[in-house]
Amino acid sequence: MNYQFKWSVLWSGQSGHWLLQGLVTTLELSALAWLLAVVLGITSGALRTVPLLPLRAAATFYVEFFRNVPLLVWMFFWYFGVPPLLPRPVQDWLFGHGLEFWAGMFALGVYHGARMSEVIRAGIQAIPRTQFEASVATGLTVFQAYRLVILPIALRLIVPPATNESLNLLKNSSVALTISVAELTFQTRQIETYTAKAIEALTAGTLIYLVLCVTIATIMSRVERHFAIPGMIARTSTPA
Amino acid sequence: MTLDFTVVLNNLAFLIVQGFFGFGGFVGGTLRLAIPAIVLGFVLGIFIGLARLARAPWIHVPATIYVEFFRGVPLVMVIFWIWFIIPQLLRLPIPEYGVALTAFVIFEAAYFGEIVRAGVQSVPRGQVEAATAVGLTPAQSMRLVILPQAIRNMVPALVTQMIVLFKDTSLASIIGYVDLTKAAQIVNNREIRPFELYLFIAVVYWVCTYSMSRFARRYEQKIAHG
Repeated sequence: MNYQFKWSVLWSGQSGHWLLQGLVTTLELSALAWLLAVVLGITSGALRTVPLLPLRAAATFYVEFFRNVPLLVWMFFWYFGVPPLLPRPVQDWLFGHGLEFWAGMFALGVYHGARMSEVIRAGIQAIPRTQFEASVATGLTVFQAYRLVILPIALRLIVPPATNESLNLLKNSSVALTISVAELTFQTRQIETYTAKAIEALTAGTLIYLVLCVTIATIMSRVERHFAIPGMIARTSTPA
Repeated sequence: MTLDFTVVLNNLAFLIVQGFFGFGGFVGGTLRLAIPAIVLGFVLGIFIGLARLARAPWIHVPATIYVEFFRGVPLVMVIFWIWFIIPQLLRLPIPEYGVALTAFVIFEAAYFGEIVRAGVQSVPRGQVEAATAVGLTPAQSMRLVILPQAIRNMVPALVTQMIVLFKDTSLASIIGYVDLTKAAQIVNNREIRPFELYLFIAVVYWVCTYSMSRFARRYEQKIAHG
């Protein structure tokens, strides 16, 4: 192998700046997509367990369709397919405000919302049914029972699989480079293009992802211990 | 803009025959990549999973690092690594197919390894002791007693991982491999019908992955009832 290493490409020129920008975009994209995924996940995860068929069917359709199709296809779908069908003013606004970012955020959030939904459903189903029956017997409505009893317990049970899923979301944000969102992997490639130093650029990008994942996993294992319900072990698995 | 799904019918042969199955002018195909990647990834995963359970530190420490490393980086990053590194190491150009297959096998083996490890650990300790008591060597008890039971317990998680890998093969299109996703892109460049084309391939992927997950669920129910 006659490769000449030149690590200084990472801090000379614009590389450092690009990496930082990429990291910020990755974090912004992931954070917004995560919020969307959590809202969609909790809503559809809870709806899949309620005793009302039409709501259950709608939630099931969302989850089964969106999580079983590759994220890349969703990226192309939301970026190329959907905008031309939107009303003219919305299109104009999107084209002026970074369409690729919003399409990427939407694709990531809707896809991971469906996956998060399965985690939450598993958490809800791990709670003994009597909890729900007892809540309703004390006079709570179904909505109140979910909001005050079922979801608070379920959310504490699912910290480990939800962390796993959140890390998947962070890693999957790299797929947004295909619709030219300037996130971390995109910037890594940019450094490679400008300096022709592939190994250095890829090492930098890879290390940043590793550090991010390890940091989040460490923080979340503290959170997990803090919120663990004594005597109850979460028996939930990560879905496809 | 009005929708016109005849674009799918007009290009159906290219999308399915070339993109999905991989027969035609390009070396490509989702299935032609997914099937070997699943088989080889699982085989490598068995070794990694068993290595993580080994008592000797010089075996289980590298295996643990391998798993933790690949589970901490995006697959896209691994694909780019292989794409740049292999030609440097071997000093010869590698076709996209080779790059994609190598990246998938290396990456997914980390996940398959964790499934194998969990499966082996799910076999009750008494089974190992009983196997030893009847005179089997450690290798024999692994092969004849532990693995057959472990694999049965692993099936649902394995199918789940196969679904993930199947979906992940779409990422091979990033380096130019002509799979179903790339085929849709090629057609779209000519027809400019993104909504119809991407929705269609979404349905094709869905039919495959959903039937796999149905199979897993049915199998789970079957073993749950004995």
